[in-house]
Amino acid sequence: MSITDRVLGDRQRLAYIASQAADARLNVELETEGMTLNIGPQHPATHGTLRIIARLDGEQVVWAEPSCGYMHRGYEKLAEVRTYPQVTTLVNRIDWLGSFANEVPFILAAEKLMDVEAPARAQHIRTILFELSRIANVSLFLGDLGVQMGAITPVFFAFRDREYVLNLIEGATGGRFHPNFDRIGGLKDDLPKGWIAETKAVMKKLRTFCDQIEDLLFGNEIFQSRTRGIGVIPRDVALQYGLSGANLRASGVDWDLRRDHPLPMAWNKADWKVWTHPDGDSFARCWIRLQETREATKIVDQLIDTIPSGPIMAKVPKIIKVPEGEAWVSTENPLGEMGYYVVSRGELGPFRVKIRSASFNNISIAPWVLRGVYVPDIVTVLASLYFILGDIDR
Amino acid sequence: MKGLGVTLGTLFETVTKGANTVQYPHEKEAPPTRARGVIALHEGNCTSCMLCARSCPDWCIYIEGHKELAPPRREGGKPRQVNKLDRFDIDYALCMYCGICVEVCPFDALFWSPEYEYSEPRIADLLHDMSKLGEWMETVPEAPELEAGADKKKK
Amino acid sequence: MISAVQLSAEVLAVEVPYWGQSLLRVLGGIVAVLLPAGTIVYVFLFKMMSFMQSRLGPMEAGPYGSLQLVAEVGKWLQKEDILPTRADARVFKMAPIVVLVSTFLLVAVVPFGPDAWFTNFEAGVFYALAVSSLSVLGILMAGWASANKYSLLGGLRAAGQLIAYELPMVLAVIGVIIQAETMNLQQIVLAQNTGSIFGFDGLGNPYVLTQFVGFIIFMIAVQAELTQAPFDMPIAESELVSGYMTEYSGFRFLIFFIGEFATAGVFALIASVLFLGGWGIPFAWFGWTDIDVVANWMNLVGPVIMITKMMLVAFIIMWVRFSYPRFREDQLQRFAWKVLIPLSLANIAATSIFKVVM
Repeated sequence: MSITDRVLGDRQRLAYIASQAADARLNVELETEGMTLNIGPQHPATHGTLRIIARLDGEQVVWAEPSCGYMHRGYEKLAEVRTYPQVTTLVNRIDWLGSFANEVPFILAAEKLMDVEAPARAQHIRTILFELSRIANVSLFLGDLGVQMGAITPVFFAFRDREYVLNLIEGATGGRFHPNFDRIGGLKDDLPKGWIAETKAVMKKLRTFCDQIEDLLFGNEIFQSRTRGIGVIPRDVALQYGLSGANLRASGVDWDLRRDHPLPMAWNKADWKVWTHPDGDSFARCWIRLQETREATKIVDQLIDTIPSGPIMAKVPKIIKVPEGEAWVSTENPLGEMGYYVVSRGELGPFRVKIRSASFNNISIAPWVLRGVYVPDIVTVLASLYFILGDIDR
Repeated sequence: MKGLGVTLGTLFETVTKGANTVQYPHEKEAPPTRARGVIALHEGNCTSCMLCARSCPDWCIYIEGHKELAPPRREGGKPRQVNKLDRFDIDYALCMYCGICVEVCPFDALFWSPEYEYSEPRIADLLHDMSKLGEWMETVPEAPELEAGADKKKK
Repeated sequence: MISAVQLSAEVLAVEVPYWGQSLLRVLGGIVAVLLPAGTIVYVFLFKMMSFMQSRLGPMEAGPYGSLQLVAEVGKWLQKEDILPTRADARVFKMAPIVVLVSTFLLVAVVPFGPDAWFTNFEAGVFYALAVSSLSVLGILMAGWASANKYSLLGGLRAAGQLIAYELPMVLAVIGVIIQAETMNLQQIVLAQNTGSIFGFDGLGNPYVLTQFVGFIIFMIAVQAELTQAPFDMPIAESELVSGYMTEYSGFRFLIFFIGEFATAGVFALIASVLFLGGWGIPFAWFGWTDIDVVANWMNLVGPVIMITKMMLVAFIIMWVRFSYPRFREDQLQRFAWKVLIPLSLANIAATSIFKVVM
C-alpha cells in the first residue's frame, strides 16, 4: 500500500509532492535517493521534546532544521497576570536543572526598578546558591554526555554526586529542584546550622566526581575521536548567532558576564578563572563545562568561608509594588546568558516580562553546524551544545 | 584505559561499602527539616483573611467562611464579629509547592512539613480538607537553628 | 556418536538407544545455550553493571533479584505481538529465529568434556566461524523488513560492521590453528592441556599466553560481532532507539534479547576453548597424556570448568561494554581494516615463524 493511497488533503498532497521533488533533485544531482529523517519529539537523545528534521544523503546530513515549541508553556503571557512572588515561582521552571539561577536575574531586575539592594549577606548567599545550581546543572550534563556517546556508566555517577548538591539546596531552601528562595530585597530564609560544613564536604566530593569523569570519559580515546574536530563553530559565526556561555567560550571568545557585567552579587569577592578554548569543536565545549564545574566548586569554597553576617532581607514593604519603569538584567547562567526585560506599571505584578533564554540562541546554530556531519555526529554536536527544552520553549 | 579502572574501582566499592542507593520501600531517607513536603493548617490561628488563597499562583486553596457574632469580651460590651472557617481545602494536584501561602499568612496558620508519602490512586483524593490538613500539623518540625552570623529571627 | 554411547555406557551405566541420545543432545544443546545466557544476563547485566554504577540492581524478585530473569521473560511473553503494517511479514517473523538458530548451531561444536560433546567435526573451527556469520543475515532481515527508517539504518550499519569484523576474528584464530596443528576443537583442547611452555608443563600451554595478540584481537572482534559497546552502533540507543530491533515486541524481542546474550555466552565458550584451555586443567597435574586416559569424572567436572572460564571471558566483554562510549561507524571500520587486520596478519606470520623454528 503506497503512501499516496491514503486519503490526503490537497495541501498535504502538494507538500508531499514538493518533498518528493526535493528528493528527486538530490536524486538527479547525486544519483542517490535522499532520506528525510525525523529525529522526533519523542527520542532518547534530545534533552526533551525537540524535533530535528534532517535530510540525509546516506549517512551525511544535507540539511537540518530544529523544530521547537513542543514544550511552550506561555511563560511571558503567564507573567502578565501574576504578582512578583508568583512569577518568581514560575520562573524556576524554565531551566529546571539549575533553577535557582533562573530566579536571580528576574529578582535583580525588579530590585533595579525598586532601587533597592539586597544586604551583603544575601548577595553572598545568592551567589553561592547560584554556583551550586550551576554545579547541579553541568554535572548532569557531564553524565548525560556519556549516555549520548554510548557510555552508560558516567550518568549514574553524575546522578549520585548531584544528589549531594540537591540535598544541600533542599536543606537551605526546602525544595530540591525548585527552590523559590529569592525575594525582592534578599532571600526568604537564612541558612540552617551545619550547612556550611556540609557544603565544604560536598564540594570535595564533586571535585572527585570531576576527576572521575575526566578519567572515565574525557581521557578515553574513543570519546576524543568522537568529539575532536566535530561541529567546529568559528568565533565570528558564534558571535553572529548569539551563542553564549560555554559554547561561546569554546570558540575562543573571552566573555563571561559574571566578570564583565557588574551586578550586586558576590562574584568579585572570589578569585576565579574564565576558561576558554581556541578550537570551537565539541570536545572544547564539553571540556570547558568540566572546567567550569571545577571552578564553581572553588568559588563556592571561597565564598562559603567569607559570608558576612547581617540581615538576610532589606527593608521592603510587605506588599511590594514595583515602581514604573523598565529594566534589563542578564546573568551568566549555567546554560549561557539568561536575561529578563521587566516592564512595570507600578502594580503588584509586572506588565510584561521578556525572557531571553540561552538555549534558544544556542539551538539556532543547529542548521549551520549540522550541515555535512554524519548521523551519529548529530547527537554529538547537539549534546555538546547543551540545551534544555524548557529553556528553548519557555 | 583509566576508565576501566574507574568502573572496576566502583565495582569493588559497591561490593565492599554498599551502594549509594536507598532501597526505597524498605529503607527511607529522612528529608531535611525545611523540605517542602505538605502544608499543614493550624485552624485556631486562621481568620479566613484569604491572603493565601489570593497569593497562590495556581489558585489551589479553597476557603469559605462566614461571619458570626461572638459574645463580648467584657460584660456590657458589644458582640464582636468573628470569622468562622467553614472550608479550607488545598488541592495538592494543583499545588506547586512554592510556599507563597505559608510565607504570606500573617497569623502563622500554615506550616511546612517534610511528609511526602501521601500519593493517592485517585486524583480527587488529593484534595485535602480542613481535618486532614490539621492532621499534618503533627508532622511539622521545629524551625532549624540558623548558621552563625544570621540575624535573630524577628517574629 | 560413538562417544555418546561411551558416555552413556560408562557414566550412566545404561544403554541408550539412538533416539535417546539425540534427545539428550537436543536437551543438552538447549541447556548449553540458555544457561550461559541466563547466567550472563543475571550476573553481569543486572548485578555487575549495577555495582559498577554504584547501585544494587534488581533486588525485589527473589533473593537478591535472582528471579528477575524469570520476571522479565514473563513480562515479554505477555506483551502484544505487533507487526507493522508495511512490514514484510514473513521476513519480519523469520529474522529473530535466524539469529537464535545460528547460536544453537554454534554451540554444537563446543566440547564440554573428553566425552561430553555434541559433534566432533574435524574442521570444527572452520564450521564455527562460518556459522557465526549467519546472525548477520538475521540482523539484515530484521532491519529491512521492519519498514522503519531507523531500523534500516541500524541494519545497514550492522551489516557493514559485522562483515568487517569477521576477518580479524578468523585471522586471529588461524594463529591458534597453526599452533595446535588441527582445526578440531577437541584436539585443540588436548593440545593446550598436554602441551608445555618452553619445557615447563605445570600450566599446560594455554594459547592465551603464547597467542596473546591473537587473544586480544579475538576479544575485540567478538565484542564487535556481538554489537556490544564500544561497537554497538547498530543498536545505538541514544540515536536509533533500538536500531534493527525497534519494531519488535513481545516474544520476538525476547528471542533477540536471549540471542544476544546466548551468543555472548557461546562466543565466550569458544574463546575459552581456543585460548584458555577449554574443559581441561593441565593434564600434567594428573599424569594423563592422551584423551583415552582421561578419567571419567572429567565429563562432569568439564562443563563446570567450561562455565567458569566462560564467565571469566564474559566478565571482560561486559566490563568493556559498560566502560566505553561507542565508536562512530566509519571509525569502527577504519579500526577493523587498518589496524586489526594488519595486526592479525603479523600475528600469523610471527606464529608460523616460531612454529617452524621451534
